[in-house]
Amino acid sequence: MKVIAEVGYFEPWWMQIAKALLIFFVVFNLVPIALVADRKVLGRFQHRYGPNRVGPYGALQPIADIGKLLFKEQFRPTTSTGWLFTLAPIISLLTAGATIAILPFSDTVDIFGTKTGLYGVDPSIGILYAFAFGGIAFYGLMLGGWSSGSKYSFLGSMRAAAQLISYEVAQGLSLVGIVMMAGSLSLTHIVEWQASHIAFVIPQFAGFIVFLVAGFAETNRAPFDLAEADAELVGGYNTEYGGGRFGAFFAAEYLNVVVVSGLLVTLFFGGWNLPWLSPPTWVDPIIVIVKMLISVFFFIWVRATLPRLRYDQLMSLGWKIMLPLATLNALVTAILVVVWK
Amino acid sequence: MPYDPGDVVEVLRGPRQGAAAGTYRAFAATMKGLKMTFGRLVEGPMVNSYPEEKTPVYPRFRGRHKLHRFEDNGLEKCVGCSLCAAACPSDCIRVVAAENTPENRVSAGERYAAVYEINLSRCIFCGYCEIACPFDAITMGHDYEMADYNRSDLIFTKEMLLAEPLERTPLRSADE
Repeated sequence: MKVIAEVGYFEPWWMQIAKALLIFFVVFNLVPIALVADRKVLGRFQHRYGPNRVGPYGALQPIADIGKLLFKEQFRPTTSTGWLFTLAPIISLLTAGATIAILPFSDTVDIFGTKTGLYGVDPSIGILYAFAFGGIAFYGLMLGGWSSGSKYSFLGSMRAAAQLISYEVAQGLSLVGIVMMAGSLSLTHIVEWQASHIAFVIPQFAGFIVFLVAGFAETNRAPFDLAEADAELVGGYNTEYGGGRFGAFFAAEYLNVVVVSGLLVTLFFGGWNLPWLSPPTWVDPIIVIVKMLISVFFFIWVRATLPRLRYDQLMSLGWKIMLPLATLNALVTAILVVVWK
Repeated sequence: MPYDPGDVVEVLRGPRQGAAAGTYRAFAATMKGLKMTFGRLVEGPMVNSYPEEKTPVYPRFRGRHKLHRFEDNGLEKCVGCSLCAAACPSDCIRVVAAENTPENRVSAGERYAAVYEINLSRCIFCGYCEIACPFDAITMGHDYEMADYNRSDLIFTKEMLLAEPLERTPLRSADE
């Protein structure tokens, strides 16, 4: 039998379930942190406090928001297509969550005598898995806007679709250099390569810039948030959504930020490794999470700084600058890799 | 006939940038912007947490009205002359005067205000009542937190205006 995805290591079934639950619990808990951090840090950037009424320092604000959304009425416009309207936020949330499975928090470690990899799965197609779900994620936005039966939603989803497709190409190409240098698609192998050599952000700086910019576009964050440009499109693809369904879209957006942060950390900043330091193994997941939170902070920082791009600027940036830059990076890396060997 | 631009104002433009310079300039401008916003983050918040921290008002701030009594004998200063009501541009003061009798002496003058109402939902806080009053019986206080749930609750009676207001608003000191 031909195996498409050769998985590096299998744990016993109970350990797989346990670690899957744990990883999803931890990463999903980063979402409300990102949510409240977004508002609070953005507030600090604008000389204000941000939410500080609910709980100590406003820490319970996301729970209050989520609780409010969940208890609202599930309504939909009469022009909408019912089951697609319901399906769209589910797709968004699922595809955002699926990528968590391949984020490595550490190498295989010994837990109660069982060898366990601190990641959901480690498929040899690693990065492609992330891109596959990134590709499906666009159905969430597209169907959400289309099935609403509203012009604003439709415009928003068309923008989102065009944006996601054009930036996915550049994002994929920006990682070709990494794959060639590490000689593997597996995320753990890429991290190990960085541990033994150097974090990819230095040799693959052009790739890093392209991946970062494309990451902003993929997550629909400022300055590429014109899929939901409030001023022009009311709310874009989620205009007609309310209650828990809107909450799912909202959570998916922040989950995307967390996941892209995780990919950035894993691919470009050496994952669980620190330069010059070799802390004990139990610190590794903490290092990854701290690096992810720093990356989330950067996302917020950029949101506080850059204004939204115009639609044609977005397209020309994607196709005329990002794509050639990523291609050139891949080409130069390929030549250098061959020359070096 | 060849095109003659005449005295068209010449538009000054920067030199056209090539790919390298343009990319560098965009990158540098982004970095500059990030540095700029980070500076604002370091400066910290510059807002008052309003209900907890109140901005002190100036001594001449025109807030909610106060009616006054004489401090020595406790009689009301208001003699019910209705000059405040006459001066009021929004017509929100209602005064009904009554005669003082030796048994029931309320104010220092001949008459007193049996009814004195200010409709604060109409008041524009111009302070003309204060200027019109010949006995300094009504002055503008410093209280500005008067929001209420009911319009009828905003009609302040004489008892409410005479009562010592809760010190809710800090007064700005001389050097502030």
